[in-house]
Amino acid sequence: MTKTIKRRGVTRRTLIQGSAMLAGANAITGFPAVHADEPVTLRYLGTAVNQSTDIANKVKQDLGITIQYVPVTTDVVTKRIITQPESFDLVDVEYFSLPSLVPSGNLVGMDAKKIKLADQITTVLSQGIIDGNKIGNQGTAPFKVFYLDGKHSKAFSKTPTEWLTLIPTTYNADSLGIRPDLVGRPIEHWSELLNPEFKGKSALINVPSIGIMDAAMAIESAGTIKYGDKGNQTKAEIDKTIDILTQAKKNGQFRAFWTDFNESVNLMASGEVIIQSMWSPAVTAVRSKGIKCTYTALAEGYRGWCSGFALPRSLSGKKQDAAYDFINWFLSGWAGAYLSRQGYYSAVLATTKKFLAPYEWDYWYEGKPATQDIHAPNGSLTEKAGAVRDGGSYETRMSRIACWNSVMDENEYLITKWNQFIAA
Amino acid sequence: MMLDGGLQRNHASETERSGERSDLRGDRTQRWFSRLTAYWQALPMAVVFLIFFMLPLVVTVIVSFWRYNEYSIIPAFTAQNYLAVFDKCVGSLPNLCTTFATYLSTLKFCLIVWAVTLVLGFTIAHFLAFHIRTLTMQLVLALVCIIPFWTSDVIRMISWIPLLGRNGLVNKTLLSLGLINQPVEWLLYSSFAVTVAFVHLLTAFMIVPILNSMLRIDKSLIEAARDAGASGWQVLVNVIIPLSKTGIAIGSIFVITMVMGDFVTIGVMGGQQIASVGKEINVETGYLQFPIAAANAVILLVAVLAIIYALTRFIDIREEL
Repeated sequence: MTKTIKRRGVTRRTLIQGSAMLAGANAITGFPAVHADEPVTLRYLGTAVNQSTDIANKVKQDLGITIQYVPVTTDVVTKRIITQPESFDLVDVEYFSLPSLVPSGNLVGMDAKKIKLADQITTVLSQGIIDGNKIGNQGTAPFKVFYLDGKHSKAFSKTPTEWLTLIPTTYNADSLGIRPDLVGRPIEHWSELLNPEFKGKSALINVPSIGIMDAAMAIESAGTIKYGDKGNQTKAEIDKTIDILTQAKKNGQFRAFWTDFNESVNLMASGEVIIQSMWSPAVTAVRSKGIKCTYTALAEGYRGWCSGFALPRSLSGKKQDAAYDFINWFLSGWAGAYLSRQGYYSAVLATTKKFLAPYEWDYWYEGKPATQDIHAPNGSLTEKAGAVRDGGSYETRMSRIACWNSVMDENEYLITKWNQFIAA
Repeated sequence: MMLDGGLQRNHASETERSGERSDLRGDRTQRWFSRLTAYWQALPMAVVFLIFFMLPLVVTVIVSFWRYNEYSIIPAFTAQNYLAVFDKCVGSLPNLCTTFATYLSTLKFCLIVWAVTLVLGFTIAHFLAFHIRTLTMQLVLALVCIIPFWTSDVIRMISWIPLLGRNGLVNKTLLSLGLINQPVEWLLYSSFAVTVAFVHLLTAFMIVPILNSMLRIDKSLIEAARDAGASGWQVLVNVIIPLSKTGIAIGSIFVITMVMGDFVTIGVMGGQQIASVGKEINVETGYLQFPIAAANAVILLVAVLAIIYALTRFIDIREEL
């Protein structure tokens, strides 16, 4: 009993002290003081890739907001939004899922007026334009689903509005991961994924909507099929693609399929697989083990993807304010710089640049040789001085996106066929 | 189990009493009370079962008959989900459709793993029950069999990878012994790897129930068989196996249900190249196709229940318990 009383006393006192301290901190950094009076906790749903404890600690320090991560896989993020929209306060979800999410009405449009840097979000994502040039628009490109008609609208707007579907967090251009030491020759085309030369040594991602895109890139590159839109295939195109994949599988082309990011790292690091679908942080992870792994620019271009923040319909009041503050903070540079060191790109380049050392900016964004050793956020060595980022600069890489992750109109059919392929 | 016993006893005493034609009031209330007690005792389990098993199951069955689109499920009756599962299954014979091929592959694993774990589990249990003299030693060795369960089964599964991989321990040893010229590929990400992992994960589920049955065998029965001139083999076939039937049946049910419903082991060890019903359901729910996933789950349930029903035709578990 005495214990409880004592604990209570301490809590009240520390609370007062704590808020005074936080108020002070806010005064210094210039962030709004609303969260100092009463601590706010935001439940942040997303895949583990963006959910770093360093970011959570920094937010706590800068804004006084506690971030509680709910790490799940890509599929489960979508599932949770549809089935349990009350179970999170903030979600980091991919643009390609939006056509299946927006009609549910479980997410609300993001108010551009409350996002300070909304007008500075890169045109790569908002308009599909880089340096005045158009970027490939096959698949569910972010700029196709960037705006909503209204806050609670269930339809996308073709023209810019005040309501954004998502506020972009990270995005990138994906390619094939390669073990140059075991492949032994330069790889320049997507078709190499299905080249019998690598029989039993290639792997494909077992997420139907992404796997089919990588396969389509490879098949188109080999000249077997010319797709209308790789990201929105017709039934006939899906049939042909799956037939080719099934044949390759029966011939023993694939060593394995993977669904989890870590599986792809293990397959590559152990040498079981020497060429496969891969994500940029996975390549970084293999390299930080001291194993050579490249993420080459291929002639046919990249498969792009982007994820961003959305808020659930039920969010209101203090939590909503805190969520907007957090998102504004996220765009203000520190988080962008942090994630850039993992190989991602950030939505507002100007603020990110401020938080990266010049040599880091040159390496990650300008495609220039590193003047010093490049380190990952956890301090491990990613690249030695002199290295150049695979694929070159931001402009070069982003301008060469050929298609984007997508949910096709024939999604249901695709999944049936994909299951057939796995069972074959 | 206890409930059944209690009811039987009550029943027995009831007939006895009615024979005596005693209808004393107090006696009746007492009887009524004792019967009620049995139900009270069974209530918590029944409630847990109802809420966490029956209710979800009923919902699954209902949803399996609903329509759906990309982002919602629509409560309108349709058998389409079941038709979709068996799409082109009859027409394309003798070529197997996805569903038949998947079930055939899962059943194949089921049969192989069941046979191997049964032989292994029975042998180990037999050794523990009849060849180890002291109870302490029996307990210690039984515990040793369970130790792998102290880590997660994912870890136990993954630890096979550095062993069986292309550059794994087995291949390196074989290469250095000069038995092979290049690494053997079928060791990992193959049916073989899946079987090895299953046997590793599931043998304990065979050992424990069989050991439990064997420990309950009255040793004097074996002595009697010996005295009557039975050989070791005859004792095994005519005494031990019949009396271990319950354990064998329970172990078999564990192994079969686990293999049928698995998708993690088949996924990891098969390099996701081998289909399983569980993985199919997993992919479908991942894409919010809950009704078709529910239909698949119902079909899987029916298949597993059919196997268990067939098993209980041979062994009446309830009677043996």
